[in-house]
Order: sequence, then C-alpha cells, then structure tokens
Amino acid sequence: MSSTTEYTPKTSTGRIANFVDSRVGGSAMVKEFGRKIFPDHWSFMFGEVALYTFVLLLLSGTFLTFFFDPSMTHVTYNGSYVPLKGIGMSVAMQSTMDISFDVRGGLFMRQVHHWSALLFVASVSVHMLRVFFTGAFRRPRELNWVVGGVLLILALAAGFTGYSLPDDLLSGNGLRIIDGVIKAIPIVGTYISMFFFGGEFPGIHVIPRLYSLHIMIVPAMIILMIVIHLFMVVTHKHTQYPGPGRTNTNVVGFPVGPVYAAKAGGFFFIIFGIVAFISGFFQINAIWNYGPYDPSPVSAGTQPDWYIGFVDGALRLMPGYLGNLPLEWVIPFPWGDNTLVLSVLLPALVPAGILFAVMFAWPWIERWVTKDNREHHVLDRPRNAPFRTGVGMAGVVWYCTMWAAASSDLIATHFLVSLNDVTYWLRTLFIVGPFIAFFVTRRICLSLQRKDREIVLHGREAGIIQMSPEGGFSEKHEEIDVYKRYLLTNFEDRMYIPAQPDAAGHISRKEKRRAKFSKLFFEDRVAPVTPKELEEAHGHHEVEGAQHSDSIEK
Amino acid sequence: MKALSKKRRHPLAAVALLLFGLLVTGSLYAAAGSINEAKAATTTASAADIEEGQKLFVANCATCHGLNAEGSDAGPTLIGVGAASVDFQVGTGRMPMQMQGPQAQIKPVQFDDEQISQLSAYVASLGAGPSIPDEEWLDTSKGDAAHGGTVFRVNCAMCHNAAASGGALTRGKFAPTLHGVSEKHIYEAMVTGPQNMPVFNDSNITPEEKRDVITFLKTIEANGTAGGAALGGLGPVAEGLFVWTAGLGIIIGFAVWLTARPS
Repeated sequence: MSSTTEYTPKTSTGRIANFVDSRVGGSAMVKEFGRKIFPDHWSFMFGEVALYTFVLLLLSGTFLTFFFDPSMTHVTYNGSYVPLKGIGMSVAMQSTMDISFDVRGGLFMRQVHHWSALLFVASVSVHMLRVFFTGAFRRPRELNWVVGGVLLILALAAGFTGYSLPDDLLSGNGLRIIDGVIKAIPIVGTYISMFFFGGEFPGIHVIPRLYSLHIMIVPAMIILMIVIHLFMVVTHKHTQYPGPGRTNTNVVGFPVGPVYAAKAGGFFFIIFGIVAFISGFFQINAIWNYGPYDPSPVSAGTQPDWYIGFVDGALRLMPGYLGNLPLEWVIPFPWGDNTLVLSVLLPALVPAGILFAVMFAWPWIERWVTKDNREHHVLDRPRNAPFRTGVGMAGVVWYCTMWAAASSDLIATHFLVSLNDVTYWLRTLFIVGPFIAFFVTRRICLSLQRKDREIVLHGREAGIIQMSPEGGFSEKHEEIDVYKRYLLTNFEDRMYIPAQPDAAGHISRKEKRRAKFSKLFFEDRVAPVTPKELEEAHGHHEVEGAQHSDSIEK
Repeated sequence: MKALSKKRRHPLAAVALLLFGLLVTGSLYAAAGSINEAKAATTTASAADIEEGQKLFVANCATCHGLNAEGSDAGPTLIGVGAASVDFQVGTGRMPMQMQGPQAQIKPVQFDDEQISQLSAYVASLGAGPSIPDEEWLDTSKGDAAHGGTVFRVNCAMCHNAAASGGALTRGKFAPTLHGVSEKHIYEAMVTGPQNMPVFNDSNITPEEKRDVITFLKTIEANGTAGGAALGGLGPVAEGLFVWTAGLGIIIGFAVWLTARPS
C-alpha cells in the first residue's frame, strides 16, 4: 500500500482480492500471521483438539437451543418413548426427551454435544499435562499457563451446568450433592443454597438459572479466555522440543501458510469426523433410563461426568468418623446451633483447592526454588526435570485415586472385590500414593538419564555379539550419530543451590526454606555429558572396550 | 349421649375402654396382616412329586439346609420359604451353591424343570410360603411399562441401577443386572427377597405393580438402546473411560499421523 504506483490485477479474482485488500489490509495480516512457524509434534495438537471440540460444542449447542426449553413447569410426558408415557416431569426433561425421540437428528446432536464436552475437557487436561511435564509454562508463558488453568475451570463449569439441564434423575442427584456441599459451608451455606435454588431444593428456578450460565456467561468467558490464550501463543511463539538446530531464539517447523493452515484445517474435520462417528454409534447419557428427577429415588451407579469425578470420589473416600471422633460438629452460637459437617466440607473443597492452587502457583514455585528467571522456548524432556516430573506424577496419582474412587462401586462389581476393601485401599493410596509416585518417578527419570549418559559415552547396544580370539564374548556397542547425541547431551543442568545470603550477609528463613526444597529436588542429579568426558570415553573405547567409568555425580 | 356421659365415671369404664381399644387395634392389625400373609401353594402338588422332591433335597441340599430342611450353621432353614423361593434359587442356578461367599453366584442350572418343580413342591409342603406366581401376573401385555418404571426407580434402582444394569453392595455383595432374567424369576425375587434383597410383599408392591415392573424391564430390554451401543448401561463412568481410551486414542493416532507426514 505504500507503493507509489497503483497495482492493477489482471484477473477478476485478483481484482476482487485487491479491492478487499486495499480497503481492509488483509495481506499484511496474512503476511504476518501466515509466516508464523509452528513446530511439528503430535503432543502439540491437544490444544487444537480442545479448540475444535469447543467449536463443535458451539455448533451442536446452538442446534439444541432451538428445541430445548429450560422451564421447570410440571407437565405429563406424552411423546414417543413408551416407558415414560403419562409420567409427570418438568418441561426441561420433556423437551430433552423430544429432542431425543421426536426431533429429527436431535438425539445425534445431543450425543455430539455431550461426547464433545467429554472430549473437550479431556483434551484440555491432556494439553495441560503436556505443558506441565515439558516445562512449557516457564517464563515468558506463566500467565498463559494461568489462563489455561482458568479455561480448565470454565470447562468444568460449562460441563456441570450443562449436565444438570435435562432435569433427569442422574443430574438431579448430582445437583443434590452440590446442594449438600453448599449447605455444608458454615453459617452462610443454607443462605447460599436458598439463594441459588430460589428456595428449598430443588425448587423451580435452578434449571433456567443454570441454562443462562450454560449458554451465555460460561461460553462467553471461555471464548474470551481462548482469545487471550491464542493471542499470547502468537506473541510468545510456540515452544519446541530440544534437538539439533533448535535454540531459544528460533522456532523450527512449518509456516502457517500453507502447511499449518492445511494441517490444522484438516485436523478440524478429522476431529469432527471422530466425534460424529462416536456419537453415531455410542449412546451417551440415556436420560430416558434415568427418568425424571424426583428427590426420593437414587440410582445405583450415580456418578457425575468424568471431570467432576474426582470431587465425587473424594466425597466417597471421606469417613464420617475418625476413630471415635465424629466429623460432624454442632457448634453453639448465640443465635442457635450451627452444624459443621467436615465429612462433606473437607473432601468437597480441600483436594480440588490444593490441586488448583499448586497448579496455578507452580511456575512461581519452580522459579523460586531454581532461581531460574530466564526465558525458555526449548522444552524439557520430562526425564531431564526429574523433580518436576515427580511432582507432576504425584498430582496425577492423587487425582486418579480420587477419580477411581468415584467408580468404586463399579470396580467392586466388575473385579468381584468388596466395595469396602476398594474404599480402604483407595484411602491408603490417597495418602501414600503421591509420595510413592514422586519418589518412584524421580528414580525412573534419573535412571533414564543415566541410560542416556551410558549411550552417549559407550554407544548403543548393537545386538551383535563378538567373539574375541581368546574365546570371550562381548556385545558390540555402536556410537550414536551426532544428532541423537545432541539430544541426549544438551539439556538444562539444574543443581542444588544452597541458601544464599542477602546483601547484608543474612540468610533469611525463607531462603533456608527454599534451599530445603532445592535440596529435595536436586540433591540427586545426573549431569549432562561434557565434551571432555565424551572425548575421554571415546579414547578409552579404542583401547579397552566397554569399561564403565562412574562419572555420575551424587 | 347423656347415658354414655353418665357412665363415664363407672369403675369399669377404663377397663371397657382399654378392651375396646385393644379390640380395634387387634382387628385392624389382623386385617392388615392378612394382606401380608404367606399364601399356601395354590397348585396342589401330588404326593409323588413331594416324595421325589424330598429325595432330591436329601441328595443335594441337606448338607447345608439339614435333612428336614431345618437349617444348619451352613445354611438357613427352608421351612416356610415357599415354592417361589426354591424355584428362583434353583431355577437360576444359584442353588445348589457352588461355594460359600458373600452371595450365591449364578451358574448353569443343575436340575431340569420337573426336578425343580418337585423340589419346590417338597419345600412348599414343609410350611406355607410364597408360591410360584400365576401366569396372569407375568403377562407383560397386561402391564403398564410407564408406571412400572416409576415403581422401579423408587424401589429397585438404588441397587439395580436405573437402567437395570446392576450395582454394588457392601462387602462383596451386589445387585445383579436384570437384563435376561425371566419374568417368573423377577416376580419370585420380589416376593421372596433372595440373597440380600428385601422382600417386596403384596402390600408393598401389589401384584399388578409387580407386573408393571416386569413389563417395564421387558420393554426397555426389547427396545434396545437408542443412540448406539450402551457401553454396559453403566452411565458416566463407562462414558468417561470410553472417551479417555477409544476417543483420545483415535485422536492421538491421527495427530501422530498428521505430524509425522512430510509436508
């Protein structure tokens, strides 16, 4: 546009393109964005999966709003599904039944919506695990990590508000549990519950309220967060796995135009296809089995969707008594007795609180312990950050224990074990599991690092057995190529940093605490192979063969 | 009324009142109790059947239940359990029990129909108990599936699951799935309360309602699963497991393929 001579295109397509471009300046955008480089790795695709399932959610959700009516007015069902004919239910349930049995393609769209919801949260979770275990949250991406965490919470909120909308027995039981948790909050709990449900549970207001949240507030916030998230991805540029030629100042990969635009666009349709296939062939949330909500019945196998499972599991694991100590306390106040139900309050809020608090704070915790405030654009291989991988696995095991506890009844029936024993084992695992996971994972990481050292110094096992003239057998070790060696030798060498005195020569208590963490994380470490060691090892080889020199620092 | 009020201070008034009260509650209780009264076998079994049944009983059941069905440490008495109980336990293969455990497991049926009816006749002859239901109460064409569904959700779903897929109880006990269970056995289970199941007698759930429940179960069984494979009818756990294994598995497969292609 800055050119002095006006460009005149020859073809009509060109003229239209030029007309648009000279008015909105699209080419500058394409030029900037189209040359954005993205590195190629399958584990980088989960964020995209989350985005595409969210698009599917918007599309199928819009279809569902055409037919769904969130009213809780009582009606008698008179639709096509015989086993519920003549049964009283809310309009919300009735319209969901109609979507399922009387609207053409309605059941398919419902199933697309629900399956994509499950996949959406699953892919967000896997994406976050990838970011955590590869250290992609480090400077400058800490804020984007927080935005991602907020997106996860919003995804849970979107899922739960949607799960409750059909007003069937299953989701009603789920709401009842939420009601119980709200009421367990000391003093204000009952007021919040009354406010939320517009009176005593279940009332006639909660479904329309959840509907407003589900179709307006929560998706709008998700979209806003996605925009911020992607904007920051563009600003920061994408991280890349370590490898030859990949440094902190470049990105090795393919440009958006034309390669990634095609790949990502194609991937959207692949995801669309997978979800459509699953929705076409696999039933999800058969509300007609559960029937309309009625506060009296509770079905066996009542569970929330998978992403709320860990909270349900924590509730199931919590004992009502510790020895002879009851966990339900009645506290006298001037205005009367208030009940503090710790057996509901603690499991419902504490584990989720700890998980999210540590998750949000982790970039700062790690920066504080390692004193590493540099920018990182090259990822860690999980084995090269044994402490972080250990902490991550501890969290995963803790989460999965609670998650498994939500299906304790099905574990009992399907593996023919006692439900009580399942609960006792999971309670034990809830307490010791994270510690075992941390130490085992860290040991495995250190062993893998030692193996890497070994491969670099002595070559890989070739699988060829040689017989020496004396009759001894030995396996031939082949030297690995320089590209592989680069990957195995070039990694961040984090080590224990003892407590440092400040400017006044004083070692603060906080600094001592930091040093303790640093010691716990980095006391055992495997240093990367230095060029000198490499040279020695290779000289060594030619003379004596594979003799192990223990150069591992302890 | 004046005569009555004059007599209220009579020395025997309190006694009379007490007697009257006892009479009313007693007769009300008797009337209510007769609804729950175990009905004697309506089908009259021949003496020969009973005798054959006794032989089978002594050979196959007496070890645990005692030679005269009086019960032992290993098994309860069968006097008064009725023909329905035997027909259910033996007819579904739960009895003779394979081994002691939290609950008798289903296994291939050990006796033929004639032997089962002989065994039932023998046990029914020992004392009155629920009888094998009439065909009338098993006829699903006369039942109301929608009402049966309501009864089922209120009374049965907490153990057997809303989709009748079964569920867990404490200490290794469980409520089995009801898919594939015959009408007769469902009815018998309700009236006899096998294993850990409570008894649903005719005043809890009337025979008509029992028929409605059976109709509901047979209807959802015959309807199949709308919307595709039901993944066991187990609800969100099965769905979550499916998404995390098959769903994400396929997606990872495609992601690997997409990023491994030379561009």
